[in-house]
Amino acid sequence: MNSASVTKPKESGSGALLLLLLKARTFIALILVFAFFAFAVPNFLSGANMIIMSKHVALNALLAIGMTFVIITGGIDLSVGSIVGLCGMVAGWLILNGMDIGLGWTMQFSTIEIMLIVMFVGTFIGLINGLLITKLNVAPFIATLGMLYVARGTALLSSDGQTFPNLNGNPDYGNNTFYLIGAGTLLGVPIMIWMLVVVGCSAAYVANRTPLGRHIYAVGGNERGAALSGVKVDRVKIAVYMFSGFCAALVGLIISSQLVASHPATGNMFELNAIAAAVLGGTSMSGGRGKIAGTIIGAFVIGILSDGLVMMGVSAFWQTVIKGLVIIAAVVVDQAQQKLQARVVLQQQAALND
Amino acid sequence: MEPHEIGLTIRKGVKVYPGTLALKNVDFDLHMGAVNVLVGENGAGKSTMMKIVAGVETLTLGEMELFGHPVRFTNKNQAEAAGIGIVFQELNLFPNLSVAENIFIGRERTRGGIDIDRAYQRDETRKLLKRLEHDDIDPGTPVGDLRIGQQQIIEIAKSLAQNTRILILDEPTSALSAAEVDILFRVIRDLKADGVGIVYISHRLEELVRIGDYITVLRDGAVTGARSMEGIDVAWIVRNMIGGASKDFPKTDVLEFGPEVFRAEDVTLPRPGGGYTVDHVSMGVRRGEILGVYGLMGAGRSEFFECVMGQHPHCGGRFFVEGKPVKERTVAGRIGRGLALIPENRKQDGLIEILSIRENITLSSLKDFTRFFHMNLAAEARAAAEYVRELSIKIASLENPVSSLSGGNQQKVVVSKALMTRPKVLLMDEPSRGIDIGAKAEMFRTMRKLTAEGLGIVFITSDLEEVMALSDRILVMADGRITGEFDAGTVTSEQLVAASSPGKSKARKDILEETAP
Repeated sequence: MNSASVTKPKESGSGALLLLLLKARTFIALILVFAFFAFAVPNFLSGANMIIMSKHVALNALLAIGMTFVIITGGIDLSVGSIVGLCGMVAGWLILNGMDIGLGWTMQFSTIEIMLIVMFVGTFIGLINGLLITKLNVAPFIATLGMLYVARGTALLSSDGQTFPNLNGNPDYGNNTFYLIGAGTLLGVPIMIWMLVVVGCSAAYVANRTPLGRHIYAVGGNERGAALSGVKVDRVKIAVYMFSGFCAALVGLIISSQLVASHPATGNMFELNAIAAAVLGGTSMSGGRGKIAGTIIGAFVIGILSDGLVMMGVSAFWQTVIKGLVIIAAVVVDQAQQKLQARVVLQQQAALND
Repeated sequence: MEPHEIGLTIRKGVKVYPGTLALKNVDFDLHMGAVNVLVGENGAGKSTMMKIVAGVETLTLGEMELFGHPVRFTNKNQAEAAGIGIVFQELNLFPNLSVAENIFIGRERTRGGIDIDRAYQRDETRKLLKRLEHDDIDPGTPVGDLRIGQQQIIEIAKSLAQNTRILILDEPTSALSAAEVDILFRVIRDLKADGVGIVYISHRLEELVRIGDYITVLRDGAVTGARSMEGIDVAWIVRNMIGGASKDFPKTDVLEFGPEVFRAEDVTLPRPGGGYTVDHVSMGVRRGEILGVYGLMGAGRSEFFECVMGQHPHCGGRFFVEGKPVKERTVAGRIGRGLALIPENRKQDGLIEILSIRENITLSSLKDFTRFFHMNLAAEARAAAEYVRELSIKIASLENPVSSLSGGNQQKVVVSKALMTRPKVLLMDEPSRGIDIGAKAEMFRTMRKLTAEGLGIVFITSDLEEVMALSDRILVMADGRITGEFDAGTVTSEQLVAASSPGKSKARKDILEETAP
């Protein structure tokens, strides 16, 4: 059978090291960016700055975590920015007006109840996205693009384009604590950071240690194959869009709480930052590949980069250009890694067949 | 028969794919102005050889000469420039573009390199279609609106439009109606008269006898017979295709079959254009029995399996596992009832190529390692490793992507995935496709072992020898219907071939009757 045997190149040492470096590239990028600004910007390492930066990063990271699951299934969710805006408006409306249930009665809600309702709204919009995509076969790009407009329009309609100001709440209703979502701390760490930690850890757990997580990867890798293996493809897809909507609702709550006001245009373009963080963290747009940890690191790279550049006094226009270049570079390196990885694995397999 | 000029020759052609030797020292002569028939079982190397001629693949070793000049095509365009056209079994057309646009795709006739000369393209298309006796097709129709048979004609027209001297037709009739086959044969005769050298690949043996001038038989990558067609009958072809020495098939220990474990009744799957893809099929398999389903491509065999697994919502019929009706409509539900499918197309349906070997093996049975929602990864890895050992899958690591394995090992991963669901019935669609002989023999031994453990196996194959040696009972399917049931001990290959192509045209039937013993 071996009349035409092929000689196999043996180069394992340097290849394996290079592969390791490439695999950890987002992390290395994070360290480099961090080190650079620590050196170049005074006060960059101060505790106060660290907390401010993590707060900025947390918003994008939360959205990016939801987005990562969606992208792993091979989809995309363009509606998250608008859901952020709409959910902020829902929170503002509930605090200012309560819910009119007819008969001249108005229901008022405590902070916890408002949070639950807003999370439900975000998740429900995600459910609609999921149903459109699975049951009505609308392409994810189109379905969520449509939802982007619908949710943004609804947000604008809710207040006629006005801001809901002074969301201080009323102690009688128990919603005067609303501001704590964005401003409160627990053990010296902002509550919103805790939220990121909880959501991030749960998402990573789901991805690695639950059947749902495995099914998400399988659907993105080969939808037909997954279906034939008994994976309930539609349910998996609906679940990821619901989770993405849930993450967007959290961000909506945080922002309106931080500002103690909700504006209908909040969250504009957030979806693109979330996609950027996911891609920077190694998530493949064609589906099947991506890690929650990578996404969070990606969000930190983008966040630190933009905050650091601001502190250095670089113009906002240059910041945008630099951010774009970093994303493109990340994908180019990712391709190189894929090629190298495939080669290393094939060599291992070839060595086995000797 | 007057001798024909030899247009193209291959000498000592060798083609190596990772893990398999697709062609072993083949010699091939292509006669101009004649129909050169190429036959062999699936995986015998016919398509590989023709892909080399058409520049899609290149020879690993050996030489190819075109009219006495050595040539080596590295892409399809070079072969096309040399006058070699190929019509693949899978059509390469753009359904949303018109007939004329399809025929001139990639070499549009333009004015000044920008503006497409539509009128010219239309006229040329009309001329070509007239030559192919299909002048009822308007050059402006989108190709997607045409019937499959008509699309095939468009493919041929596409090749002819490039002044083809050598035309390769890979299974051109598998989707054609009897009338369309007759037209195609007339077209082939015209082309022959024009001096075009035609290579004709088909599984329908009677067709080959009817149309061929020269025949080359391939088996397992080697040429086992090459001569002129005179005096050749179906029996001779079958003998050369299968060969005297059998492959290593494990023989059945005489076993008592258990009770019926799976039964399908009156399964139907409507075809979009009317009629049925699966036409009222019923079958049953008993514990410990291997039921072989033989038939040609497009006989509705794979679609039947898809119905069993709940892939087609429009499919009618009833299924029973161990006598109890299967009510579940989802794939997961059917897997839960003890049905498992090993799909024909590993890449597309069987594997998630991007995932690791471990993740592929356990994908259908994650429940086994899960409490509430927590998955025990260590238990998962242990279970996967157990199947790797049991089926002796050759891997460097469980964590490598499954795409790094050879075909035979990939197939074993698919089998492991199916077995891990502890099925009662195993449905195998072409289990030996695309894997080398050693791996095939191993696959067959595994199948025997499984039935000895009490599984019922239904397997689909287009390989005569395989179905005869491996099955306890054989069903033959054609045109969506079951056209014959045979006991594997007594059936002859001629009977199977006859049942698998119930006369589409009269001429073929006559030939069959002549050649049947």
